[in-house]
Amino acid sequence: MHNFDYHRPTSLADAAKRLSGEAKLVAGGMTLIPTLKQRLAQPSSLVDLGGIAELRGIKPEGGGLTIGAMTTHAEVAHSAEVKKTIPALAVLAEGIGDPQVRNRGTIGGSISNNDPAADYPAGLVALGATVITDKRRIAADDFFKGMFETALQDGEIVTAVSFPRPDKAAYMKFPNPASRYAMVGVFVARTGGGIRVAVTGAGPGVFRATEMEKALAGNFSADAIKSVKIPAAGLNSDMHGSAEYRAHLVNVMARRAVTACS
Amino acid sequence: MAGTHVKTTINGDSVEYVCEADETLLDVLRNRLALTGAKEGCGTGDCGACSVTVDGRLVCSCLVLGVEAEGRNVATIEGLAQGEHLHPLQRKFLEHAALQCGICTPGFLVAAKALLEKNPDPSEHEIRFWLAGNLCRCTGYDKIVRAVQDAAAEMRGGRHAA
Repeated sequence: MHNFDYHRPTSLADAAKRLSGEAKLVAGGMTLIPTLKQRLAQPSSLVDLGGIAELRGIKPEGGGLTIGAMTTHAEVAHSAEVKKTIPALAVLAEGIGDPQVRNRGTIGGSISNNDPAADYPAGLVALGATVITDKRRIAADDFFKGMFETALQDGEIVTAVSFPRPDKAAYMKFPNPASRYAMVGVFVARTGGGIRVAVTGAGPGVFRATEMEKALAGNFSADAIKSVKIPAAGLNSDMHGSAEYRAHLVNVMARRAVTACS
Repeated sequence: MAGTHVKTTINGDSVEYVCEADETLLDVLRNRLALTGAKEGCGTGDCGACSVTVDGRLVCSCLVLGVEAEGRNVATIEGLAQGEHLHPLQRKFLEHAALQCGICTPGFLVAAKALLEKNPDPSEHEIRFWLAGNLCRCTGYDKIVRAVQDAAAEMRGGRHAA
């Protein structure tokens, strides 16, 4: 790592003030610290969000849940509130990485980084969540912009994510056996507003499988989407699996998720 | 970029040190405090050889900054044995030969201790799930799992205050 100044503000306003020049925010650091070690990022200063109490915690709100940006994956996975209101989200959080990662990694950090194989983007998009920043509210559909890109502007800080309660939801992923990142992960949610199917790991960023959503609207069963093919063009192809294999996995994981929802 | 003065607690002892912002907690433990039990395997949070607990939560110390330990309660492998008396997990790792080269062992012991504090009677599946963040390239894990199960059984029996 190149050396940097380190700040640990205790309020959002202080954190925002520190975000000038080449400063970078650090949440759990599970991606950023390895990136610093590889010198792929060389910020002049790090602004640690860990000291800001208002960014932590899970609270029921409007029938759904609001989860503070600095809430760790382990806290979401073990929260009685999450298990009661959106159990699929607790399952998703419990499947991220390993215990060491879940104890440090945060929901705000994960979505701001927007790794194409991260789990949370699929959960946010399928559940129709809203990302809350210190400046505005952004629908999950508009927040994720492709590989490692989001709608966040310079100096904008994610403070929480608000999730409406679905009628039923399930997340199924085929994890990379080493990293537990999703080779393919599919989150299916039945909500008052319809059925949403979001896919992570397969492409350059999270996307909705709209053909599956249409098929499921008429007949919510695994059989209804069995013949819905996801085109392999544009999907990820690497040492872990070809684009064709990932396209196949999307259908398998989607059917498993639908079955788990029924 | 002057050094930062950090006050923390390590294995129950009050400790103060000065470190640079770019030093990890692992760097501080090993290079400034001579606590060399935690190992640097990968340095990127994949292998778990640097596992410690911070406020009771298992973390990779290679991905925690030294300055972040301010006011926290850190526990390392050096705190496991009580003087000459090995922790039951340490004894069972020896009895079951749950190690070969030993680089991963401190991390496994710290992780296993954190597991047993939350779940004194884990199934094999739970042990493997909990220890998924610790890699061993020698033993193949079976002996590690058996050692943890055996230690858990002994600790549940209450014969050793751990």
